[in-house]
Order: sequence, then structure tokens, then C-alpha cells
Amino acid sequence: MTLTILILLPLLGAVVTALVPGALARLVGLGFAAATLVVGIVVATRYSVGGGMQLEETRTWIESLGVHYALGVDGLGLLMVLLTVVLVPIVMLASSREADAEGNGGVRAFFAWTLALEAMSLAVFTATDVLLFYVVFEATLIPAYFLIGGFGRAGRGRAATKFLIYQLAGGLIMLASVIGLYVVSADAGNPSFLISDLAALDIDETTQRWLFVGFFIAFAIKAPMFPVHTWLADTTEKATTGTSVLLVCILDKIGTFGMLRFCLGLLPDASQWATPVVVVLALVSIIYGALVAIGQDDVLRLIGLTSLSHFGFIVLGIFVFSPTGSSGAILYMVNHGIATALMFLVAGFLIHRTGTASIRRMAGVEKGAPVLAGFFLVAGLAACGLPGLSPFVSEMLVIVAAFDHHWLVGSVAVLAIVLAAFYALWMYQRTMTGPDREGVAPVADLDRREVGILAPLLLALVLFGFYPMPLLDVINPFVHDSLAAVGIGQEGGPQ
Amino acid sequence: MTEFVKPSIEYFELWPLLVVFGVACLGVVVEAFLPRTLRYPVQVVLSLGGLVLALVGVVLVAQDVQTYDDGAARGILAVGGTIAVDGPSLFIWGLVLALSIAGVLLFAERHLDGGVSAFAGQAAAVPGTDAETAAIAANREHTEVYPLMMFAVFGMMLFPAANDLLTMFVGLEILSLPLYLLSGLARRRRLLSQEAALKYFLLGAFSSGFFLYGAALLYGYAGSMDFAAINEAVRNDVGSSSLLLIGTGLLSVGLLFKVGAVPFQAWTPDVYQGAPTPVTAFMAAGTKVAAFGAIMRLFYVALGADRWSWQPMLWIIAILSMFVGAALAITQSDIKRLLAYSSVAHTGFILTGVLGVQASDQLALGEITSVQAVLFYLATYGFATIGAFAVVGLVRDGGGETTAIERWAGLGKESPVVAAVFAFFLLAMAGIPLTSGFVGKLAVFSVALAAGAWPVVVAAVLASIVAAFLYVRVIKVMYFDEPVGAGPSVAYPSVLTATTIAVGAAVTLVLGVLPGPVLDLAAVAGEFIR
Repeated sequence: MTLTILILLPLLGAVVTALVPGALARLVGLGFAAATLVVGIVVATRYSVGGGMQLEETRTWIESLGVHYALGVDGLGLLMVLLTVVLVPIVMLASSREADAEGNGGVRAFFAWTLALEAMSLAVFTATDVLLFYVVFEATLIPAYFLIGGFGRAGRGRAATKFLIYQLAGGLIMLASVIGLYVVSADAGNPSFLISDLAALDIDETTQRWLFVGFFIAFAIKAPMFPVHTWLADTTEKATTGTSVLLVCILDKIGTFGMLRFCLGLLPDASQWATPVVVVLALVSIIYGALVAIGQDDVLRLIGLTSLSHFGFIVLGIFVFSPTGSSGAILYMVNHGIATALMFLVAGFLIHRTGTASIRRMAGVEKGAPVLAGFFLVAGLAACGLPGLSPFVSEMLVIVAAFDHHWLVGSVAVLAIVLAAFYALWMYQRTMTGPDREGVAPVADLDRREVGILAPLLLALVLFGFYPMPLLDVINPFVHDSLAAVGIGQEGGPQ
Repeated sequence: MTEFVKPSIEYFELWPLLVVFGVACLGVVVEAFLPRTLRYPVQVVLSLGGLVLALVGVVLVAQDVQTYDDGAARGILAVGGTIAVDGPSLFIWGLVLALSIAGVLLFAERHLDGGVSAFAGQAAAVPGTDAETAAIAANREHTEVYPLMMFAVFGMMLFPAANDLLTMFVGLEILSLPLYLLSGLARRRRLLSQEAALKYFLLGAFSSGFFLYGAALLYGYAGSMDFAAINEAVRNDVGSSSLLLIGTGLLSVGLLFKVGAVPFQAWTPDVYQGAPTPVTAFMAAGTKVAAFGAIMRLFYVALGADRWSWQPMLWIIAILSMFVGAALAITQSDIKRLLAYSSVAHTGFILTGVLGVQASDQLALGEITSVQAVLFYLATYGFATIGAFAVVGLVRDGGGETTAIERWAGLGKESPVVAAVFAFFLLAMAGIPLTSGFVGKLAVFSVALAAGAWPVVVAAVLASIVAAFLYVRVIKVMYFDEPVGAGPSVAYPSVLTATTIAVGAAVTLVLGVLPGPVLDLAAVAGEFIR
């Protein structure tokens, strides 16, 4: 029941927040987000590190189609759940002022949609039935659509439409594969959508490949990967930074989450068959994302595109099929969530002060706002993998695994570190340092409230940078199980 | 020539049909003898009462029917084997009756347009003449629409239950003729409405001719109009196969015209746009349900053994309908025309389900059947459509309904509830999860895929993406675009329309979240009597 409560609580919160009067909405919304955080922590304490699906609930939902309401968490799911329940209250705190600004939909609508999105995302990360997963996977799009379209800068309606069309296209392609899985299971005599039933099937190679293509296209759009990433920059540019955090740090993780859960879990042969293509696409995403990010003038577009590069790393880690790579990729999913959230939120506070997102029109911010500049620098350094901050660990693991896979793959991936230093530091240099520009008003520093919002993220970056073991303890059993399914022996994960 | 045998009439099983027909006839008498002021309440109560009574009959018959001839199907052949009262018939009857009740509620709505219904004051008065002005001034309205509608409902019930070609043709005509007339009765924009009626009539009469010719050829092939006899002839491969093929083709023209499949879709946008919105709602939902019932019966029962001849044709028509419907819908600037083209695309999706037919021994235990999937899809489509058109009737400006999509900008702020409900119907049509449309799509796609029609499923998925764009575009206009000029206003509906919309939305939600019972009901409906 714990997982059902975890999902229903924010959903209920969304409804209640939408109905209570405006003044109360802020408190009620935050209250529900905090309560969900507590439930998330309860889930974590009940989880035993040994691996496998835990806290399972299974009920028949649509009998004649073999659909179940089936929930459960494993190591991967647990980390994603925790990331979600931690980030949502932070985003809500950081965004309430922006959501109430002129022309936006108001804090009540923002909180309600955010809670709805949280509920659907949590359901995605805990679903153990393919159709249930698909249903909530698509259902996340509706709150996301209204969050993008209702809050942010001019042109956001268009960006929201572009976002939705891309995601729906991916979803519908995936639907064909989902149905394909069902038909395969029906042919085998037991029509069912349960992942445990489907994993037991022996699917022939050709069918696997077709099904893989359907799943992979959807997850590549979601993640996003080159060449289906073009919705990303438009969306992060137009949406509020809070929405961007929800999208990039939580929703996009569904892409890589799905690759691990479905592509590797259900279609292992096809995943190995596709490895060369996927690895190349991942490398292109890594390099291309970083290069394009360097050229951006809009801070938010820039941050959005850096994520393209980061997601390339995650996908690379998944598809080199080694314990090191998989652990690195999953760790990367967590670290990227924290680091990018910090980056977006600081940028949001910065833009709120300068009134522009254009790098060219900012300069010398660090003089008036040293604390803001400090946060910005740490977030930037995290993005380029500075040792001591958590992304370093995961990036190292992935790059080591990439070298193990093939030296060429490794050496291309390493290039990205240089490029990351370039975009992060050059952005810092242009916005924060230098003389005051004429006509640019000096910027006030972060107040206590804002520091309080950002501090947990900063602490997490440093903590997991020096001591990633708690995360790896949860990750390694999952990696062990999932690679065993692919048929790769292993000598334990990274220690 | 055999001796003429007087057929026995199974009054209990035919109760729903007879009630609807009786009420329709009674409605004509009411028109003739009651004073004008009384006609509206009497007609509305009579129609609603008749439909509810028929619906009760459907439920009673459904509980009573026995297995037919030791086969998989349950039901009886009534009136000398011309009408099959079997599971699919009863499901479709129930669905048509439920949609018709919603239709009557929309017909009876008088709050939206200043105390009069959506129908012309005096249809015989030429638009722009003094006679028309006088009729409007006298607050006249046509109450003949109720008996006309009941005749159409009778046709919609006879059509899918017909068990021989001639009865099917009669059903087709009874269903069509009142609809031609109803399409021309709009109170506003009468010329557009009359043009729509004429177009619908000419093309419809033409397609009926095709159907009749096909029936004649098939009679020439099989020596019988009866579906079972035709099936027998096809199995034993008697007669000339060219007669069979041409006959099948011509019959298909007649049937595919009714469901608006490409390339017989040309009438849909004009008629959907020109007809009074309540009529469009009723027609769009009801006709499609009835005609797909007839299509399945003809192709499965009479021509089931000849599957390899007609399946390639339906493959192509399904793919064309999905793509042409979705693509042309994108280019529309009028919401009714957009919904018309979207209905063409939905025809393609339903045909995908029709293609999923498999012999029962090929089905795995617990796998859903083609009939089940199509029946379920029809239920989802019917309620979403009637609800969506009901909402279209609410959005107005000084000149009546405002159907130009750009004029809907800002509806999300002006009337959040109406915009949200309409967006919900659109999402259902787009097949987003947690709406009925998703489960419908899931069902038809999976039966088609199980039957090996994967190219059609791939095409259907791609067409769904195109279609998703057009629905999302309307949602964007409603929520995120700035209103043009004064913006749209929403007329406050009476409880009649409000009920219809609420029921449509509720069914769409329930069938999306808990589709189990209706899917099971469609499974119980089972197979056609062969």
C-alpha cells in the first residue's frame, strides 16, 4: 500500500490545491509535497538493499486485456522516486514568485499541475506492468504541457505544442511495441502486460528487434538524444526554470529509466544487436550537445543543451553493457538531476534580477552578488565534472567503461569534459566577471530564502561527490540483476 | 419458386425495434392532431419514453437469449430469418439507443438560441423571404424532427441486425432518408444547411444505388439474399467468382459511404458543417455505430469465407482513411469540419479493428476478438463525439454558433469548464491514456496486430501522430492564444445539454479508467449468428 499512497497523495494534493482559495493554495500545495517527501523516505527505509522488486502490489485492472495495477520498486526505481520527491518541493518553493508574475497562470495552477506531474512520475518509476507504465508515461504529458504553456516567456504556447507533439509521437510509436509485446504473450498462451510475465517470454530475434526500435525511439525522444532532441532547447528557453527542472531532471529520466527497464530488461538480445548504433548516437549527443551549448546566447537554452550532452553519457553508460558503465549511468541520472536542478534554479534567480536571459547583456554580476555567483560557479563546475562534486564520480565510471568497451569510444567521450569546461566556464566568465556594462543595473544578491532553497542541492553535490557509497549500494544489486538478464557475467560493481 | 410462408414475428425479441417504430408513427400522428403549443412537450416525452422503453427491452432480451444452434453465438433469427437478434445486434441496439437519448436531449435544447430550438422555424419558407421572417417572429419551430429522428433510430437498429441483403438495404434507406431531411433544417445559415442536405441526399442516393446493384450481383452469384446462404455458396465455390468480387465491391461502396471512409468521404465535412449541430452530433455518433455493425455482419457472416478477397481492399481503405482524414483535418479552420475529417480518420481506426478478424481457433485463451474491439471502440467514439458536438453548440457569438477555430482563442480563460471538457473530448479522440479513446485504440490495434496486419497498425500509429497534432492545436488555441476581438462567449445550456455533456464526459472517463465491464459486455455479446 505504501507505493499507492505515494502516488495518490500528490494526486489528491493536486485536486485539493486546485480547489482551495488562492491564499491557501501555496500552503496546501507545499504541505502535500512535503507529505509526499515523507512517504518517499518511508519507502526508502522499508527498502532492503539486497535488490529485486520490493513493496510489490498487484491487482487485476482490465482483465480481458491482461492489464494489472502492479507497483514495485527496485534500486533504480527507488533512486528515481527519491530524486522526484526531493526536487518537487524545492521547485515549488523556488517558483512560487515566478508563477504569480504578470501573464502567468498563478501559483495555484502551478502547484496543482506540479503535484499532478509528481504523482504521474512516481507512478512511472514504480509501475511493473507495461501498460500501466505506458498509461502514466503518457499521462505525465498533460500536466507538463500546461506547465510549459501556462508559465514562462512569450512563445511558450508554441514550445508547449512542440513538446507535446514530439512526446506523443514517441509515445504512439512505443504503443505499437507495447501492443506487440502483448500479442507475443498472447501467442505464448498467457496474454499479460506484467513485466515479470513478459520477461519470462522467449521472444524470437526479429520480433525483439522491431519491438526494441519502437521502445527505443520513444525513450530517445524522452531522454532526449540526437537527432530527436530539438524540442528540448525550445522548451527550456520558454518555460520557467522550475518547469525546466521538472522536465529535464525528472521527466527526461524516464527515457533512460525506460531503456534500462524495458530495452535491457525485456529485449536483451535486441539491445545488444543495437549497441553499435546506440553508442554512436550517444557519442554524437555528447559532443554535439556540448558544442551547440557553447554557441548559445540564452542561458536557459544553454543549460538545456548541456543536458543533451549529459544524457548522451547516461545512454553510453547503459549500452556499453558493463557493471561499471551501468552503475555509472544510474549514478549519473541522480547526479545530473541534482546538478542541473541547481544550475536551472540559480539561472532562474539570476534572470529574475537582470530581466534578461541573454548572456551578452549580462556582466560583472559577481561584484554585486557574490553568493549567487558562487552557486552558479559550483553548478557550472559540477557540469564539467570537477572532482569532489558528485557528477565527477559518475562521469569517471562511464568513461572508464567506455574505454573498456572500445578505446575510440572512450576517447571521444573524454573530449566532452574539455567542451563542458568550455561552455560552463565561458558562460561564467561572460555573465559574472568583467566590468559593469553600461545600462546594466547592478544585481542584488540572493536573499536568505533563496540560499535556503539552493543549499540542499549544493550539500548533496558535495556529499555524494566524496561519499557516493549509499547510492552505489542501492545501484549495484540492480545492475547485477539487469546485466544477468542480458547474459553478461560480472565481477561485482565498482567499489 | 417455393410457396409463400407467412413468417412468424418474434414480438419479445423485436420489442426494442417495434417500440421505436411505433413511437415514430405515433409522433407523426401527434404532429397532425395536437395543437402547436403542445407538440414540443409531447414529442420530447414520447421520444424519450420510447427510447427508454426500447432500452429496457434490449436489456431484457439480452438476459433471455439462448445459444443459437449449438454454436458460439447466442440469439435468434427473427421474422423468417431476416433479422438476427444476436449479441452484437443487442450491443449495438443498446449503444444506438443510449446515443439517441442523448440526441433527443440535444434536439430539445431551447436555451441556447433565445428560447427556440436549433431547427428552422418553417423549413418550407425560402431563406430571406417574408414568410421566413414571419415564422421567426412567431417563434415557430419544427417538431417533426422528433418522429424523423425516431425513424432514423429505427433504421440504425434494423441496419446492423439485418440478416439478408434486402433487409439491410431497407435498413440503410430508413436510416438515411430522415437524416437527409434533418440536415437541411438548421435555423441559422439555412442556405449552407440546405446545400448540405442536398449534397448528402444526392451522394447518398447514388451510393444506395451501388449497394442495390451489388446486392443484385451477389444474388446472381449465390441464388439467395440470405447471408447464411451466401456464406454457404462462397464456401462451396459455386458460380462465377467475378460476380462475387464485383458484388462485394459494390456493396462495400454503399457501406463505406455511410461510415465516411476514403475515398467516399467527400460529403462528411459539408454535411457535418451545414447540418444543425444537434443533428450532426446524433448523426455522427449513431450512423457510424450502425453502419459498422452492418459492415461487420456482411463481411464476417456472408463473406467470411472470402476473407482473402476483401481484406486487401479494406487494408488500403483503412490506411487511406486514417491519413487523408488526419491530414485534411489539420488544414481546417472550422471546428465542425475539423471534427468531420477527424471522424474520417476514426473510420480508418475502426476499420483497423475490423481487419483483425481471426478464426476462433487461432485466438489464444483470453485474447480479445475483433468484434469485441470494434464494439468497444464504437462505444468510446460515440460518446466522445456526441459530447464534443454538444460543446460546439455552446460556443456562440451574435450570429449563432461560432465554429471558426480562431474565434475559440481565449476560451480557456472565458469559460474554464467548457474548455476543459472540450479538451478532454479532444484528448480522448487523440487516444491519450486515461480516456476511453486510448483503450479503444489499444483494443483495435492489438486485434489487428494479432491477425498479422502489422503494416496497417504501423500506418495507424503514424496517422495517430498526425491526428494528435490537430487535437493539440485546438487545445493550444483555446488555452494559450490571445482572443481575437471580443472573444467567444459561452451560452448557458439548460439541463438537457448539460446532462448530455456530463454523461459523455463521464463515459469517456470511466471507459478510460475502468474499461473492464464494457469490454466484458462486448465479449459476452460474442459472435454473430452465422
